[in-house]
Amino acid sequence: MTQNLAAYLDYNASAPLRTVAKDALLDALISTGNPSSIHSWGRGQRARLDKARARVKAALGAKSAHVIFTSGGTEANNLALRGPSCGPVFVGATSHASALMVPGITPIPVDGAGLLDLDALKSLLEQAPKDLPCLVSVSLANHETGVLQPFDGLTQIAKTYGALVHCDASQAVGRTLVSFDDLDVDLMTVSAPKVGGPPGVGALLTARTLRLEPLLWGGGQEFSWRSGTQNTPGIWSFAAALEACLQDDWTDAKRARDHLEARLINLGAESYGTGAARLPNTLCVRMPGVRAEDQVMAFDVEGFGVSAGAACSSGKVTASSVLMAMGHTDGAKESLRISLGPTPDPQALDAFYHAWQRLFERARSHTSHGKDSL
Amino acid sequence: MTQPTCPLKTAHPEIIYLDYQATTPCDPRVIDAMMPYLQGEFGNPHSSTHVYGWKGLEAVEIARHQVAAGIGANAKEVIFTSGATEANNMALKGVLGFYKDVGKTHIITTMTEHKCILNSCRRLEREGFQVTYLPVEQNGLVNLKTLEEAFTPQTALVSVMAVNNEIGVIQPLKEIGALCRQKGAFFHTDAAQALGKISLDVEAMNIDLMSLSSHKIYGPKGVGALYVRRKPRVRLLPLMDGGGQERGMRSGTLAPFLCAGFGKACEIAIAERDVETARLCALRDRFYTYLKEHVADMVLNGDFEARVPGNLNLSFAYVEGEGLMMGLKDLALSSGSACTSDSLEPSYVLRALGVDEGLIHTSLRIGFGRYTTEEEVDYAAKRIAQTVNKLREMSPLWEMVQEGIDLNSIRWDAH
Repeated sequence: MTQNLAAYLDYNASAPLRTVAKDALLDALISTGNPSSIHSWGRGQRARLDKARARVKAALGAKSAHVIFTSGGTEANNLALRGPSCGPVFVGATSHASALMVPGITPIPVDGAGLLDLDALKSLLEQAPKDLPCLVSVSLANHETGVLQPFDGLTQIAKTYGALVHCDASQAVGRTLVSFDDLDVDLMTVSAPKVGGPPGVGALLTARTLRLEPLLWGGGQEFSWRSGTQNTPGIWSFAAALEACLQDDWTDAKRARDHLEARLINLGAESYGTGAARLPNTLCVRMPGVRAEDQVMAFDVEGFGVSAGAACSSGKVTASSVLMAMGHTDGAKESLRISLGPTPDPQALDAFYHAWQRLFERARSHTSHGKDSL
Repeated sequence: MTQPTCPLKTAHPEIIYLDYQATTPCDPRVIDAMMPYLQGEFGNPHSSTHVYGWKGLEAVEIARHQVAAGIGANAKEVIFTSGATEANNMALKGVLGFYKDVGKTHIITTMTEHKCILNSCRRLEREGFQVTYLPVEQNGLVNLKTLEEAFTPQTALVSVMAVNNEIGVIQPLKEIGALCRQKGAFFHTDAAQALGKISLDVEAMNIDLMSLSSHKIYGPKGVGALYVRRKPRVRLLPLMDGGGQERGMRSGTLAPFLCAGFGKACEIAIAERDVETARLCALRDRFYTYLKEHVADMVLNGDFEARVPGNLNLSFAYVEGEGLMMGLKDLALSSGSACTSDSLEPSYVLRALGVDEGLIHTSLRIGFGRYTTEEEVDYAAKRIAQTVNKLREMSPLWEMVQEGIDLNSIRWDAH
C-alpha cells in the first residue's frame, strides 16, 4: 500500500489538526482545574473558557448569540432539533444524518442540483399546526456535494410563518463566509474537526432569546443547557483553529477542484451540484457502472483517501442518501466525494485523475467482456 | 514507584492543589500517548474506506480494550462518550426509554448521587416515570434492607454511585448487584470517582451499566465511557441520533486522541493502583492525625473505612464557612462538588447524611492525588489548623462553648 500523504482527499470527513490548534491544545492540557471550581485553578480554566467563547463568537460574526460548547456537530445538531420548544421539525432532505435521523422529523425535498424546494417548504409550514412555531433545519453547505444553500429565501419564508431556523454550518465555516448575525437564524451548528480543530468539540450557537431543553442534565454548565465538565483544552484549541481557518485562501483549491472536475467529466464522469453555488473544495462525481465501494477500495490501494457518502455508519458503503434525495438514484451507488484542503498538491490530483481513468477503463473493458462488475 | 513529575507546577506554583475529586491534571505519560494522533494527516475514525481512517480507528479500539480491561469487561461492551455526565444521562434515559414499553417505569437511586443522575431523574419524573430516592445512613452508605424494600415489579434500573464525589464513601456494589440480579432489575453505577481507586469488576459485581470519566483519572477532559452489558443484553434508546457510531448507541465522530488518552490513563491507574493506594492512605492518615491533634470539634463526614484513600470531608464547628475558605486561599480545595461550588448552595450530600446545618457550611472536601507530596500535606494540615483556630478565637460562639454554655439552649430569636 503506497502512503502518499498528499493524497488525503477527505477533508470534509476530518481536516488535519492545525499547528496553532495543536499548540493551543497542548498548552491547555498541561494546566488543570475544573472550570466550575471557585479556587484559582478553577478560575484559570473558567477564564480560558470565557475567552474561547468570546473568540468563537467573534470568528462567527455572532454578537447576538449564546455559544454552547458541545462534544461535536452531532450533539449540537441533536440539541438544536430536540432542544427548542416547537412544533413540527422540517429538515433539508440532504442534511447530515445527525439531523435527518432525529426521530419525528419531516424532510424538505430538494431539486436535482441539491437546492431546497422553497415551495415545498412553504406548503409544509402552511399545513403545520399553528400552536407552536415550527423548526426548519438546513445545512449551509452540503457535506457530500458542497452545494451551498441560499439562506435568504428560506429564512424569509420561515419568518413569515413564525418558524425557527437552524443552520448546520459544520462544512461551511472556513470555506465560505459564515456570520450568525447575517444569516439571521436562531440556531447554528459548528464542528471543530471540520476547521482543523480537535475532534470531540463543537458548538451550538443560539439566539439570545431562545430557551432550550437540555439533552444532558447535571451540574448545569453551559447556561444549564449542556451539563458536563467542559473540555477546556479542546475548546481552547477549537477557538484557535476557528480564527486560523478564516485566513485560509481557497483560490488554489477551487482551481484544482474545477480542473479535476473538468478532466473527469471529459472521461465520462458525472458531477453533482454543478447547477448551484458550491464550496471551493468539494467534488462529488459518479463513475458510471462502477460501484462506489469498489472505487473507494481501489483508490485506497493506490493511497488515496476518498469517501463514498458521509464517514459515519461504521464501515458500510451504502447508497448516498444525499444523491438519492437529489433524485440521482443510479448515481447514488456509484459516486465518490473528493474534498480538498486549502493547498492541494497538483501532482497528487493528477495522479488521482490517472487512477480514476485506469479504474474506469478497466471497468468498461470488463463490462464489454460481459461482466457486470469488477 | 518514584514520584512522577508534577505537571501542576507550571500554573499556580503558590497554590496547593487539593481538589482531585473535581478534576485531575493530565499525566505526562497520557499526553505522550495522545501525541501520535495530534500530528500528521490521519482521518476520521469512521472513514473505514481508507488507511487514514483506519489509523484513527486503531487508536480507538486499543483504547476500548484498555478501558474494558480496567473493569473486567469485554471491549465490545465499552461505548465512548463525551464524559461521565453523558454516560449517566444515557444510562438512565436510555434504559427507561427502551423498557417503558414493557411496563418498566421505575428507577431506584440515592439522595447522594451526582447532580447529573439526580437531574436526569427529575427529568424522567416529569415524563411520568417513578423515581425512588433512597436515603443513606449517617455514614453515607446505602442500607441494603431499605434498598430491597424499594423494588417494585416496575423497577427497571437501580442507579447507585460506586464512590461519592464529595465524601468518598464506597457503596457495597457487590451486594447491590446481587440484589438487582435477584430482583430482575438492571444495575447502573456511576464509577467516575471509583475507577483506578477501587477494584471494579462488572462480572463479580453484577454491574449492567457503568459510567466512567477520563479527567478524574489523569486523562483528558471531554471523554468518558458507558459500559453496557451484552450478556444478558442491556438495550438503550440513544440520546443522540446520527451516523450510528458506537453500535448505534452513540452517534458522533469519536476523537482518537481523546480515546487514546483515556485508554492510557486507565491502564496507568489500574497498574499503579495498589502502590498509589498505600501511598495516599499514608498521606491521608498523616494529614488527619495532625488535624485531630491540633483542632478540636472536627467532624469527619462519611464512613472512614469504606472510603477511597484520596478523600477527606471535614466539618469544623464554630467557624464560618466563607471565612474558612477565604483564610485558605493558598489551598485549592472545595466545600462541595465542583459543579455546585460556584452556586454556594449547601451540600445536599451532607444534608442527606443528616449533618448539622451549621457543620454543612463549614465543610471542606480535601482531595489528594498522584502529585500530592508529603510536604504539601504537612503544609495544608498546618494551614487548616491555624486558620480554624484563629477564626475560633474571634468567634463569640466558640467563646460561649468554652465557657460551658450549651448553644442549643439559646433562643436566638428572643430579641
